[in-house]
Amino acid sequence: MSYLAGEDMRGGYGAADILRGCAIAVDRGEIAVIVGPNGAGKSTAMRALFGMLRLRRGRVLLDGRDIGRLTPRERVRAGMAFVPQTDNVFTTMTVQENLEMGAFLRRDDISESMEEIFGLFPVLREKRRQQAGTLSGGQRQQAAIGRALMTRPSVLMLDEPTAGVSPIVMDELFDRLLEIRRMGIAILMVEQNARRALAIADRGFVLVNGGNRFTDTGHALLANPEVGRAFLGG
Amino acid sequence: MSERARAVGGFAIVAVLLVAVGFGRSWSVSLAVFNLCLISAVMSLGVNIQWGYAGLFNAGVMAFAALGGLAGVLVSRPPVWAAVAAGGGGLLWAAVAACLTLALVRVAFRRLPPGRWRLLGVTAAVVAGFFATRAFFDPAVEAIEAVDPSTSGYLGGLGLPIVLSWAVGGVFAAAVAWVVGRVALGLRSDYLAIATLGISEIVIAVLKNEDWLARGVKNVTGLDRPVPYELDLQQAVWFRDLVAALNAGRLSALDAAERAAALHGLAIEAAGIFVKLCYAGLFAAVLLVVLLLSERALRSPWGRMMRAIRDNEAAAEALGKDVVRRHRQVFVLGSAVVGIAGAMLVTLDGQFTPSAYNPLRFTFLIWVMVIVGGSGNNLGAVLGGFVIWFVWIEAEPAGLWLVGALTSAMAPDDPVRAYLVASAAHMRPILMGTILLLVMRFSPRGMVPETVRR
Amino acid sequence: MIVDVANALVLLCNFVVVPAIAYGSQLALGALGITLVFGVLRFANFSHGDLMALGTMVTILATWQLRRWGVGAGPLPTALLALPFGALVAVVASLAVDRSVFRFYRVRRSGPVVLTVVSVGVMFVMNGVVRFVIGPDDRSFADGARYLMTAGEFKRMTGLDEGLAIRSSQVLTVFVAVASVATLFWFLQRTRMGKSMRAYADNEDLALLSGVDPDRVVLVTWTITAVLATVAGTLYGLDKSFQPFTYLQLLLPMFAAAIVGGIGQPLGAIAGGFLVAFSEVAITYAYKKFLRYLLPEHLHPDGLVQLLSTDYKFSVSFAILVAVLLWRPTGLFRGRVL
Repeated sequence: MSYLAGEDMRGGYGAADILRGCAIAVDRGEIAVIVGPNGAGKSTAMRALFGMLRLRRGRVLLDGRDIGRLTPRERVRAGMAFVPQTDNVFTTMTVQENLEMGAFLRRDDISESMEEIFGLFPVLREKRRQQAGTLSGGQRQQAAIGRALMTRPSVLMLDEPTAGVSPIVMDELFDRLLEIRRMGIAILMVEQNARRALAIADRGFVLVNGGNRFTDTGHALLANPEVGRAFLGG
Repeated sequence: MSERARAVGGFAIVAVLLVAVGFGRSWSVSLAVFNLCLISAVMSLGVNIQWGYAGLFNAGVMAFAALGGLAGVLVSRPPVWAAVAAGGGGLLWAAVAACLTLALVRVAFRRLPPGRWRLLGVTAAVVAGFFATRAFFDPAVEAIEAVDPSTSGYLGGLGLPIVLSWAVGGVFAAAVAWVVGRVALGLRSDYLAIATLGISEIVIAVLKNEDWLARGVKNVTGLDRPVPYELDLQQAVWFRDLVAALNAGRLSALDAAERAAALHGLAIEAAGIFVKLCYAGLFAAVLLVVLLLSERALRSPWGRMMRAIRDNEAAAEALGKDVVRRHRQVFVLGSAVVGIAGAMLVTLDGQFTPSAYNPLRFTFLIWVMVIVGGSGNNLGAVLGGFVIWFVWIEAEPAGLWLVGALTSAMAPDDPVRAYLVASAAHMRPILMGTILLLVMRFSPRGMVPETVRR
Repeated sequence: MIVDVANALVLLCNFVVVPAIAYGSQLALGALGITLVFGVLRFANFSHGDLMALGTMVTILATWQLRRWGVGAGPLPTALLALPFGALVAVVASLAVDRSVFRFYRVRRSGPVVLTVVSVGVMFVMNGVVRFVIGPDDRSFADGARYLMTAGEFKRMTGLDEGLAIRSSQVLTVFVAVASVATLFWFLQRTRMGKSMRAYADNEDLALLSGVDPDRVVLVTWTITAVLATVAGTLYGLDKSFQPFTYLQLLLPMFAAAIVGGIGQPLGAIAGGFLVAFSEVAITYAYKKFLRYLLPEHLHPDGLVQLLSTDYKFSVSFAILVAVLLWRPTGLFRGRVL
């Protein structure tokens, strides 16, 4: 049984289902990556796991507990953190305030976590008094991930964290994710740069039409010629 | 229930209420209410074009109604030649100066590089132009207002039949709406609301203060009428004959002397009703024309596009529709209809009193009519105009009656009772607000909902 | 010569600067409420003016009651003691209204214009309630020391021809406004709740993802708004006089101030309030006497040298509003683009 698991998820926004029986799972200390063509339901699957979409069928388990009825806010409390693809920082607040907001639900001393994040992303320490809206794309993503980590989550979910950043910054971000994985956090992300992402993934899910087409380890998926041909651009 | 059935049912109820007022109080009162119902319905149609078709929140309905009223004065009053001679030329020069200023501002805005220089240039043009205009304007106004200030003191009008002012009122309102639309459309919808709220305050301030234009708060009374005067009717032979014929049964029982007195009384009453009926005919004709045109527009490809834009602006924009332009059209059209209604109202009142315009009665009440009637449905807007006007006008007597009944046990000179009786009039806004909130919450599509056409 | 200049400056202070500072403070407090509701709840609240009237009305009623009991605040107006009652009722009223009216549309995520229309309904009801309870007439409720310094005292003190009168209500306005604004900023910048409010205004979804409770944020927003509205309305009423209808008309300058400053920017609302107030007073002031002190005799103006008559003060707010919408829709302090 995985730490976070969505089983047989079905549902959508309107009459037609976007998710048609898809299953996603990730364990602590693992990176799981969801890839697939546009409109396959990748982001929808993430939203469903986070409770931002009501499922018609299927269930979501966190540490063996069914959390299907919890609101997103309650899931944050339960240890899940989510980094949206866009608008993922408070632009009118300073970097430090962004991190503080991440720790909003915590009543304990947060300076240690803050130090940890500054250690992970040194540039944030430098810019901590600057408004997050003035950061560059890569710095913004770091601030967004930092904010999410401030909740001290056991699961970190990222929706296309490398969208619109340069390849160098992307490598940097992936390195950081590997470090975060080492802290024992379960990482689940949707990625456009499928090849690069699968290379660091412990698990990979190829979604098509709201269902799992392939589910395997990252390396196995990369090695699978069918996956390569159809979804990784040859 | 189908749209038609709901509408028919609604109008039937209003008709029953009006007839009840006719029998219970008098037909004169009933017709007076009915006439204002008709005018309200036209206004409501205008606002429905803006809100129902396009989702535009016009918080300045009052201004457009007042502009229509202004047209009533400017079209129908005879010109005051002495005033024109005294200050007409000066005003003309002031207008020229104002136009030159605007042109200069435009040039400065277009030609100068953005930033400090543009700001300076535009400011300089505005200030210089302002003083130049005032230099012509002030003496001219003084001269005009000095001409016979107790009875005129203004330029007068064109001396044309007042019915023409209904169209002119529409044009006035449309022109101002066009300017407002240039500025405030294309921004988020509540900005339009705020901008129109501003424009309405300004228009009313201008009408109150620019005495040379329409005498300001001194009011213009005794406006020309499109229908006969009661006094003339009472003396007209044909009218007396008509009244006699209609009441032949009752009159024949009386002797000659009594008959003459009775006939006189009947003629007075009948004249009032006849005049109101004439107005009702005119207003109903306008209402029908506006309603038919609105319906045609709504069912045309243009109307379909408007609704598409309203329901999904982003998608319509992506399909290459010029949303701002369409909104401007709709805004101008709707305001023009309100202007027509405003001119009709002044015609009915026979006077133009700028201080009578207040936002609760002339802006937000019309809103309640549209929303209660059914946003997006023309028939609904008309029905809303009828129902809400009836409620508004009858709320006060009903409130007084209610307070009277509730406090009948108290002593007549009890201060609490006196206070309640005096305050009953303020129940009106509470009632209207409550109706608006309840409809928005529980029946947001109104009495006659918009029919979804595919 | 120097005396003339001094006289001219005193004249300007007396009739432009001092009144504009007081009026600006009142507008700023009102605009703060509007900008908070705009920023957090995302709609233009047309009922704000009447919320001010409601809070002020209760303050007036409480003032009368306190005076009947013989309670006063010495040189300060009794209304200051009554203010908490007015604020309390205004808070309860806005929370009740939010609960029974606005919340429904918020949960359904209705568009801002729907909420604005609904706020018109609320405006109607509040307006009616205020007029029902206290009547539509002018009410004066100022008491305590009228002047901190009269024109005569100033003249005797300085020997100038022109006097500078400072009314206690004006000084009080500035003091109370500064205290309220300082408290508000401390709250928004330093406290957990304040930060979560800013976060919610900045990015609602992300605030939810951080665990911010939207209901708490809305509750606090209305509370602050209602308190500010009552304070602003009471100060305005003390400075001028209370008439239910004037508060409806204050909507326009307050909206202008909020938009000029930048929606959702408290600092901007304050700057906007003063900008609108100074423009209004400066443009409607007659400069005849002022210029007579400064210009040589043959240049003395004949007319009043008044740019616009006071009846057109609304057009000043409007002109400022239009200029901002055309030039810089985000406002001076770069608020949200709407």
